[in-house]
Amino acid sequence: MTAQLKLDAKASAAGGQPLTQKGESLWKDALRRLIRNRAAVIGGIMILILYFFAIFAGVLAPYSYEKQTLTDQNKVPQWLINVFPTMKPYAQVSENYLMGADYVGRDLFSRIVYGARVSLTVALIGPFISLLIGVTYGSISGFFGGRVDNIMMRLVDVLYAFPSLLFIILLMAFFRSTFSKPDPGTFSYALSQADARLGGMLFIFIGIGLTAWETMARLTRGQVLSVREKEFIEAARTIGATNWRIMFRHILPNIVGPLVVAETLAIPGYISTEAFLSFIGLGVNPPTPSWGAMISDGAQVVRTYPNQTLFPALALAITMFAFNFLGDGLRDALDPRLRGTQ
Amino acid sequence: MGRYVARRLIYLFVVLFAVSAITFGLMHAVPGGPFDKEKALPAEIIRNLEKRYHLDEPLLNQYLRYVKEVFVPEFSTTKFSSNFEDDALFKFKIGGVYVKWMNFGPSYASRSRTVNDIFRQQLPISIQLGLMALLVAIIIGMPLGIIAALKQNTIFDYISMSVAIFGVSVPVIILGPVLIWIFAVTLKWLPATGWGSKPPYLLGFLPTSMGWNFFKYAIMPPVALGLASSAIIARLTRASLLQVVREDYVRTARAKGLQERLVITRHALKNSLIPVVTILGPMFAALVTGTFVTETVFGIPGMGKYFVISITNRDYPVIMGTILLYAVFLVIANLIVDILYAYLDPRIRYD
Repeated sequence: MTAQLKLDAKASAAGGQPLTQKGESLWKDALRRLIRNRAAVIGGIMILILYFFAIFAGVLAPYSYEKQTLTDQNKVPQWLINVFPTMKPYAQVSENYLMGADYVGRDLFSRIVYGARVSLTVALIGPFISLLIGVTYGSISGFFGGRVDNIMMRLVDVLYAFPSLLFIILLMAFFRSTFSKPDPGTFSYALSQADARLGGMLFIFIGIGLTAWETMARLTRGQVLSVREKEFIEAARTIGATNWRIMFRHILPNIVGPLVVAETLAIPGYISTEAFLSFIGLGVNPPTPSWGAMISDGAQVVRTYPNQTLFPALALAITMFAFNFLGDGLRDALDPRLRGTQ
Repeated sequence: MGRYVARRLIYLFVVLFAVSAITFGLMHAVPGGPFDKEKALPAEIIRNLEKRYHLDEPLLNQYLRYVKEVFVPEFSTTKFSSNFEDDALFKFKIGGVYVKWMNFGPSYASRSRTVNDIFRQQLPISIQLGLMALLVAIIIGMPLGIIAALKQNTIFDYISMSVAIFGVSVPVIILGPVLIWIFAVTLKWLPATGWGSKPPYLLGFLPTSMGWNFFKYAIMPPVALGLASSAIIARLTRASLLQVVREDYVRTARAKGLQERLVITRHALKNSLIPVVTILGPMFAALVTGTFVTETVFGIPGMGKYFVISITNRDYPVIMGTILLYAVFLVIANLIVDILYAYLDPRIRYD
């Protein structure tokens, strides 16, 4: 309140505008609070930088992600030997690689930069699929209520009883072998071609999408149920608004806040799911670099060349941090009550 | 209450049937069979193997047979043979009658062991790991949350919540290799991989000796697994405690001149822990499932290893058994939570 008054005072001092208390939209208000949250801003900037790396990987990475130089296996630059002195007796020095080369002589730094593509695409597509399915499903269920709601939610309950990590492993195995050698011209052929072009990411998206929408559906349903009974919906109905219009113009805009928050906080989960799938070899197809797969490869030689697992792990951790900071800030900004009264 | 529990138990069976049917369908839809080897077996042998495991029957028959073997107890007046078809997770004797219940079938990949054997020997390891991770989560999470709430908006609050964000940001596949590098490779304090308990287990799942030989393996994995959950507990404790300290009864307690320490421990803390206690059930279920990742990273011979191998091998009974078992964990954990809710918060009634 005082901050608002001060702002108004400043505005009137600077521009000589009359002092009127303008109503602020929820989003503007939230944005102001978000910008004031230092951790969230840092998270947001880190995410922008990461996307910059992912998009311009071709320019920023000194080597291609798949170029193997077998004579340069496990080579490390001098600065790494200073950091990890245990390497000194056996490590071969090469200044060509900023973070060293991996077990087949690929540049670790380039692979980490390209690896951002996988994680950050998952961070985009995961919420997209889960919102698309979850919000559609949840709003139909909540809006129509009654028997429809009952049947739709029982299905969600069943899917909820699936241990999701096990389910996703089973799904990945299913996709990988069903679409491994399809006949040309069929739908599964088109799918497998698309997957191959994406380096194996398509099936990861589908897998994550199929397991992630249930939470979103439940949340949306609950929100729709509570908004649906409000007076302004009744008002809209009395002036003859269609179901469609009520859903999109009146209900959805009112429940977007919690959905955005929940989805942002779910992103680190998608990223780590992809990383885990790649870690156990069910994720991206080699040689497409994924941080999860790189951590797994590096873990084999963690005793001798810790750089090969620590750097991808660091990249993954930074990304997770950034999304968690942003999600946390977003939650506090959109619903200040959750942060505790001040 | 009794009626509610009964309804939920019926519902539990419906869900388990659905889960088993979906898994069964999906599993058999994956191309390839359990006996496809790099070097193809003669057709005759495959036929015999399929006959032995009833894989030549229609799918529906196979499914019904499976459900019957798992759910319906069998009685006999003579002792059951040690044949794989007569094996079961529970075999006991009441009076003069021998009972066997829950036969999860043979493992196609390791011929000498049934799925029941795998459950008996590997599942306790996963449960031990899950329990210890839960313990880590509580020991780290609750104090962090309490400090953060009591010192709201101070440096303690910010530090606690930063630790919480750190916790959720480093999943096992990050924390695992880093811990191994620090404590096993550089400091050489702890072994990098392995597990320190072997069958037979106390009460079916507890290690028989709890000395250093057990704990040297059981420090890093539970920490790596439990840290993320500790962050969840810390946040929940904080939010809940913040809400409770503003309640009227806390003000009343203060007004009557109770010491601040007593107000917090007797009145505020006790009530604020209701949501925290109730999350422990699903959290434990999630942690036991989550051991899959941890077991891979730390080379622990729990269920995780068998599940991943079983999928590549099309080892149907292992896949089915594992998914069903974990589904049971999840559903029962949720049921316990709902009952616990009504018990801890008398305002909630399920009738």
